[in-house]
Amino acid sequence: MSSQLAEPPPLEAVDDRPPPAVRITAMTVPGVAASDVDAEPVIELDGVSCWYGSFRAVRDVDISIERQRITALIGPSGCGKSTLIRTMNRMNDLVPSYRTEGRVTFEGQDLYARGVDPVAVRRRVGMVFQKPNPFPKSIYDNVAFGPRINGYRGDMDELVERSLRRAALWDDVKDKLGQSGMALSGGQQQRLCIARTIAVEPEVILMDEPCSALDPRSTLQIEELMAELKRDYTIVIVTHNMQQAARASDTTIFMTMGDDRAGYVVERGATTQIFTNPKHRLTEDYVSGRFG
Amino acid sequence: MAAATPAARPATRFEPALMRRKLSGTVFYGACLAAIGLLLLTLVALLVDVFVRAAPWLDVDFLTGVPSSRPARAGILPAMVGTFEIGLIVGAVTFPIGVAAAIYLAEYAADSRLNRLLQTNISNLAGVPSIIYGILGLAVFVRALALGPTILSAALTLSLLILPVVIIASIEALKAVPQAQREGAYALGASRWQMVRRSVLPAAAPGIMTGIILAMARAIGEAAPLILIGAFTFVTFLPNPIEGQYTVLPIQIYGWATRPQADFQGISAAAIVVVLGLMLVLNGLALVVRARLSRHIQW
Repeated sequence: MSSQLAEPPPLEAVDDRPPPAVRITAMTVPGVAASDVDAEPVIELDGVSCWYGSFRAVRDVDISIERQRITALIGPSGCGKSTLIRTMNRMNDLVPSYRTEGRVTFEGQDLYARGVDPVAVRRRVGMVFQKPNPFPKSIYDNVAFGPRINGYRGDMDELVERSLRRAALWDDVKDKLGQSGMALSGGQQQRLCIARTIAVEPEVILMDEPCSALDPRSTLQIEELMAELKRDYTIVIVTHNMQQAARASDTTIFMTMGDDRAGYVVERGATTQIFTNPKHRLTEDYVSGRFG
Repeated sequence: MAAATPAARPATRFEPALMRRKLSGTVFYGACLAAIGLLLLTLVALLVDVFVRAAPWLDVDFLTGVPSSRPARAGILPAMVGTFEIGLIVGAVTFPIGVAAAIYLAEYAADSRLNRLLQTNISNLAGVPSIIYGILGLAVFVRALALGPTILSAALTLSLLILPVVIIASIEALKAVPQAQREGAYALGASRWQMVRRSVLPAAAPGIMTGIILAMARAIGEAAPLILIGAFTFVTFLPNPIEGQYTVLPIQIYGWATRPQADFQGISAAAIVVVLGLMLVLNGLALVVRARLSRHIQW
């Protein structure tokens, strides 16, 4: 990834933040301290509102997602976190009556511009869902599905193995690649979905509450995996679990909803700042557990 | 027990009546058992009766012979071949058209009022008496398209008859595929067709094939509409699909069963056994297709 080369520090450099208090050691990947990664935006939302028919679910969001960082979206239920993350790969297009207002850019390109094909967008901005949704096919075919539909011409066996290794699943499944992906445990299924996602070599991975259906041990495995993956990928994760956001993310975006039930962004900042020194009263109430 | 405290609960708040509840469960179980018992008894009685009557007539000569006015020499081959040819054509017509229509309504068309109206009407079509389809087939295929009273006309008429069943069953099978499967395919950069072809259709294939099996069984058992499409009860040669006279097993059975001579009742029963056998073969074929379609599907 070219972005690992040195680039001028961005405006919102967070290198001078206090020592991370809530970080756990599992997250510190050797050789890649968070400060080594430059904070160049990959996805930018500019005045984004999300509408379902006449209902505005999200209003006026201006945020940027930085390269090779893990950005967590937190906030109470129904505040539009999932809706917002789904604007980033045009997944909401599948919902009839849905429309996006404002600008969503990916690598500088307007995702909703005329002529932009959502099918092409989704290969580059992959997604992992709340409930693991492997296809009712073999483990091998689950991983090979994306490469096949996208016309992959290389060595499929090698790609499947590499993707499963990246998703920390290879050792669990190498002797049973022909078995159904549905037969795996919940945590393994979710790692299979991650392997499936990275097999098409996306630049960004969106994760919509990927651990909400998993037990704590599987959750920790996924978090460790995310820390590994951010060397190569930009990750956005929606989570209900504040400990997870605190443990696993570099940047946190806190959303809540107003009286009109439309969600909006209250505060965005380095995760340590959001959790130890929030600027906004609403954020403080939420992260300290007084609300939501 | 501190009976005097205000928190003491009245003793009669619940009436568990465990015995009565258990009894009603037992009664229901008994009713279910009686229903299946009655069905099995009827089926077995019918089968035994048919087989007993058919036994003296069922032999190779019967299977390879042609109808004759003398019961001892009557055979069923023309009717068997007619039914088989019709079955093949009906399958070849209804499978692609029915499944494609279902895919359009379930996966492509917006879930609009028009769409729901269409689906309701298709369901209603499944309940239209088959003789009406016979009249339609006579007007459209035999006369307007000038296909004549042939196997082809008969097969197309029967295709119209069972298409509603195939479409509705396929729509239900497609709708039963979880939305998460579609999203999973889309999230990997699948186009709509790739999503349908590689994700939804394989997952729905078993349900679709079950619908087709049931519909085919109905088509093969139909006699009424074919009376109007010119099926004969006495055909002594193997039918050509696109021209000339033809007959099918249900019509042949009807023809023999309405004869006064007792021997013809016997060969009628033998023909019924042949229909049952043919049905088994065709359903077996559909099962093989189903297994092949869902070969890679592992829930």
